[in-house]
This record gives sequence, C-alpha cells and structure tokens, in this order.
Amino acid sequence: MNIDELREHLCGTYPDLCPLFSIEFGDGVLIVDRGRYWSAAKDLKDLGFDRLGMITAVDGVDDFEIVARVTAREMGAHIFLKTHVPRDEPAIETLTDLWPAADWQEREVYDLFGISFRGHPDMRRILLPDDWVGHPLRKDYRDERIIRRPDYI
Amino acid sequence: MALVDRIGKSLTGAPLVLTNVDALIDWSRGQSLWAMPMGTACCAMELIAASFSKFDFDRLGSFPRPDPRHTDVMIVAGTITRRMAPAVKRLWEQMPEPKYCIAMGNCAVSGGIFYYDTYSVVRGVDEFLPVDVYLGGCPPRPEALQDAVLQLRELVRSRSIAEGREYDRDYTLPLPGGDRAGTTDPGRAEAAGVLAGGTPESGDET
Repeated sequence: MNIDELREHLCGTYPDLCPLFSIEFGDGVLIVDRGRYWSAAKDLKDLGFDRLGMITAVDGVDDFEIVARVTAREMGAHIFLKTHVPRDEPAIETLTDLWPAADWQEREVYDLFGISFRGHPDMRRILLPDDWVGHPLRKDYRDERIIRRPDYI
Repeated sequence: MALVDRIGKSLTGAPLVLTNVDALIDWSRGQSLWAMPMGTACCAMELIAASFSKFDFDRLGSFPRPDPRHTDVMIVAGTITRRMAPAVKRLWEQMPEPKYCIAMGNCAVSGGIFYYDTYSVVRGVDEFLPVDVYLGGCPPRPEALQDAVLQLRELVRSRSIAEGREYDRDYTLPLPGGDRAGTTDPGRAEAAGVLAGGTPESGDET
C-alpha cells in the first residue's frame, strides 16, 4: 500500500472525518471521537502503522486531547491520532495491546495529566513520587511550593 | 575513629599524645578523599572528565568509588528532583562517618535555573544534606571541582574528628513529603477509582 491508497482507504473508512484528514508529505491528522479511538488505532495498526512514536495529552481547559503519533515505516507515513476526553471523566482505552511501547507513555500521561487508561497493565505514576498530590501539567494545578519568577528577571 | 575516642577518654589530662595522633589522622584523612559520584545531570560530564587523564583527580587522592560504603565525600553533581532526593539521602546514610558533601553546580547549590516556576526540583541539596563546599557554575569546569576538593581537604585537616561531627540541624529526619515509607500509593487507588466509573476526587487539584 502506498500513500495515495492509504489516503483513499482512510477517507473511505472515516467519511465524516475526511476534511480533517490531509496526508501531504506523508503526514496526517486523524481526529476521532472517544468511542472510536481504540478501533481507529487498530485500523492503523492493521494498515501497516507498526511504530508508536509517542502518546501525550493537551489540556484544553474544557477537555483533554489525547495525541498519539504512529508511523508506517514501509510507507514513510506518519499520522497524529487525536481524540478528546471530558474533564469530569478522564479515561480512555489503552493502546498497550496494540503497541507495547505505549506502556510508559501512558503512565506519563496519567502521571502529569491524570488521564487513566483502561486495560493498562500497570497504571501508576512513573516520574513523580507515588504520594504526589495532583497532576502538574493540568492548567488548574496549584502547588504552594512553586516560587513564581518575578517580573524583573 | 573509636580508637581515637577511647584514647581521648583514657588520657584526659595528657593532651599532648592525643593532639599528635589527632593531627596525624586529620592530615592523612585529607590526603585520600574518596568520592561518591552522585551525578544526575550535565555536571556529571565534568565530574567524569575530572577523573580521567587530562585532569586526573587520582593525584589528589580523590578517587571515584561506586559504593557509598567506601567513600568519604559525596559529590552531588546535577539537578536533584523530589523523586530522586530519597535515593540520594539513602546513599548518604550508607556512607560511614566522617563524611562530607560537595554541592557541585548551581542546581545542587540552590536549584539553579529550576529555582522558579518548577514543581519537581529540590532547591539545593542542603535541604536534606549537610553541605561542606558549595561550588557554583553551570556546569563548573573540572579545575573548579579541583579547587573545591582542595578546599575540602583544608577543611578536613582543620577539623578534628575526635569529638565527632556536629551538624547545624538534624539531617537524619525523613524528607517532608518525599519518602515513600508508609504511603499507600494513592496514585494507584485514584486510577482504580476512575476506571471503576467514578469521578476523580474533588480535592485532587490542590
């Protein structure tokens, strides 16, 4: 499968998302809703996307956005798979059953954003101490130990 | 060292012998300050360079050993995060007395560039270790580390160990909020609660 066939296949599979999907220069963005996150990742895996580069999250204040970047090494194609999770129920399916590399990445997202991954084999903090309170990369994180930089520096 | 203590107690009133033994021991201890290389960040590169042929710390009697039980001085070279601090302290407690500490680089001295707007970095290892020599720089050159070792040598020679070491405060206390002992891993409990369908605790973002 080459990149043109990949574009046709994805636009056929996700017709409502086709305007959001552009695969110029082998790079694409695929924004799916929360329920189709895992199945979309499974589709990509079956299409030859064999490498998971990273998983991270963005705090959009209203909700969180999960960003996973997958690569098909033979095609030379990269896709950002994105989805949104609500703030009052920050949970999403894990991708560890598709790409084992997701393990520590998802633990880091959990550690810093507080988003839990269903089915993850070892869902706990990875960077911060286990007794840490809160998730520091959230916009509403407060910590009295942080010293704000004065304006004159 | 216990021998010196015993001599000191049995020979009270005859300080001449004790002073001489003491001075000899203090002089010789300063000649061989084996180092515990606690390198956690870029300062460790300079610390490594200091050990090899170009700077050759071995000629000063300072020799890196990977085992804290063999060492006299801990060189903290690099940023110490709140997660790392209990491990550093555990290694420090394994070192035999008398022991000394060099805080190498701005991060170990005060937190350095991580002093402001950071939630995860300890602002200087003197929050939990008794630092003897502060060595600034980002990172300091190996020559500066050499000067710090020489200053520490003078300090070791000038301070008798017969009375034991006195610290300005109690450094044996556990780290506030940094030690995992006795905690029940609330992170795992919270994750389990979210996955069970509940909402995260309201007091989470405090």
